[in-house]
Amino acid sequence: MTGLAEFWQMIWPSLGNGLVITLKLSVGALLIGFLIGLPTALLRVYGTKGMRAIATAYVDVIRGTPQLVQLFFIYYGLADTGLNATLVSLGLPHGLLVLQPMTAAYAALGINSGAYQAEYFRGAIQAIGGGQMTAARALGMTRLQSIAHIVLPQALRLAIAPWSNEAAYMVKYTSIVSLIAVSDLFGEARRIMSRHYNQMVMLPFVGLMYLAIVLLITWGMHHVEQRTKIPGLEIETQRT
Amino acid sequence: MPSQVPDAPIIRIRDLHKRYGALEVLKGVSLDVSRGEVVVIIGPSGTGKSTLLRCVNQLTRPDSGQVWLDAEEVTAPECNINAVRAEVGMVFQDFNLFNHLTALRNVAVGPMKVKRLPREEAYELAREELARVGLAEKANSYPGQLSGGQKQRVAIARALAMKPKVMLFDEPTSALDPELIGEVLDVMKQLAKEHMTMLVVTHEMGFAREVASRIIFMEGGYIVEEGPPAQLFYAAKQPRTAEFLGKIADLYGEEQAVGG
Ligand SMILES: Nc1ncnc2c1ncn2[C@@H]1O[C@H](COP(=O)(O)OP(=O)(O)O)[C@@H](O)[C@H]1O
Ligand SMILES: [Mg+2]
Repeated sequence: MTGLAEFWQMIWPSLGNGLVITLKLSVGALLIGFLIGLPTALLRVYGTKGMRAIATAYVDVIRGTPQLVQLFFIYYGLADTGLNATLVSLGLPHGLLVLQPMTAAYAALGINSGAYQAEYFRGAIQAIGGGQMTAARALGMTRLQSIAHIVLPQALRLAIAPWSNEAAYMVKYTSIVSLIAVSDLFGEARRIMSRHYNQMVMLPFVGLMYLAIVLLITWGMHHVEQRTKIPGLEIETQRT
Repeated sequence: MPSQVPDAPIIRIRDLHKRYGALEVLKGVSLDVSRGEVVVIIGPSGTGKSTLLRCVNQLTRPDSGQVWLDAEEVTAPECNINAVRAEVGMVFQDFNLFNHLTALRNVAVGPMKVKRLPREEAYELAREELARVGLAEKANSYPGQLSGGQKQRVAIARALAMKPKVMLFDEPTSALDPELIGEVLDVMKQLAKEHMTMLVVTHEMGFAREVASRIIFMEGGYIVEEGPPAQLFYAAKQPRTAEFLGKIADLYGEEQAVGG
């Protein structure tokens, strides 16, 4: 019993604070990713040639480079002295791009997630097919109305399953922010380990905490998927 | 809107040309359709029948030529095409129902979003249109819960709810199992009786003979021959017309093409 009390004293409240940071980062970055990803997907499917090219370049660059490199670029790269001197000479405030660790973390994770979410949404939009779009236009709906009322309600449903994967990845990948001195769940665990040399306990323990969050998300999203299912369309939803 | 000569054609098509790359699909098609006429378009596949229909509501933009709906030139650059489409109903081969909406909302969504009808009015109208195609009791079913014939009837109701001036049908029964074709054709025949102006691409020769005021035979991007059903079926002027109708008879059954 004393062992348990000691363990609790060792992890509390620091792991609790770390957990809050991890959850905040996950939710925030997923939201930023959604706000970037959905318009990017729409531009890739419905945009002009130029817009499609820009959206595609963003997705390819982000998905083709390590996430850690992206995080370091945003945190350390943008803080570069030469770059900031240039900004000042352009009349911009000094240190405009020198970001706080949390800000850099939100930005890096959100921008990264946006590229992946864009691909999930694009796949879902394309799975709806052009026939319904044509029918909507034939009724006299504008392109925007057709997208908003016909394509998106279906595409978003189709995207729930891949999106819940993205949410699960996100929770785990937030752990890289401990490398830019953000005290997330893993950052706090590392601090405890460096003090107590108890990695054989702490690593499995903190791992189980991530697992619990991931299972909770998967369960919750599955529930959402069931609730929003279109009657009579089970087969199509399973295929994608 | 300028005043109309009473029996001026409701659709006028003049010298329509359309090409996809090297393929010239329409090579100069002209056609007038009068109010209340049922014009059936037949012809081998790939001859531009769908393209011609889609030029009427500008789902496809022709390279040259004009289309008028009443007094409005829909091919004019300044034409408000969404307003025109609201007056032209279209029914597709594969229904293209909105899968996430019930039958009722499939029919109501056009009037609500395009004509800004209040929800309750739009639902009321949708119930009427569903009843008109015999599907009042399916109002709350989703497309995935309907048979092909029922889906196509919902699609017809969806088009009718916009109170269109003309209806375009692009092979409305080609995707249906044979036993479901009749229920769709019956709805179309009823529409014809109510003097709806219809432009119908179909291989259903029984329907054509019974309902068409005129049959257009298209091939290779041209209108080869047109005339009343009796002329095309029994006294075709062009050998290609007789040949094609013979083939259709072989394919779809003798009694359909020549009998009855
Ligand atoms: N969007 C398009 N792009 C390229 N080719 C097309 C397109 N639409 C139709 N076509 C081609 O034009 C020809 C005529 O098509 P269509 O009007 O659908 O013929 P039909 O309805 O008589 O079978 C076909 O060869 C078809 O492949
Ligand atoms: Mg066709």
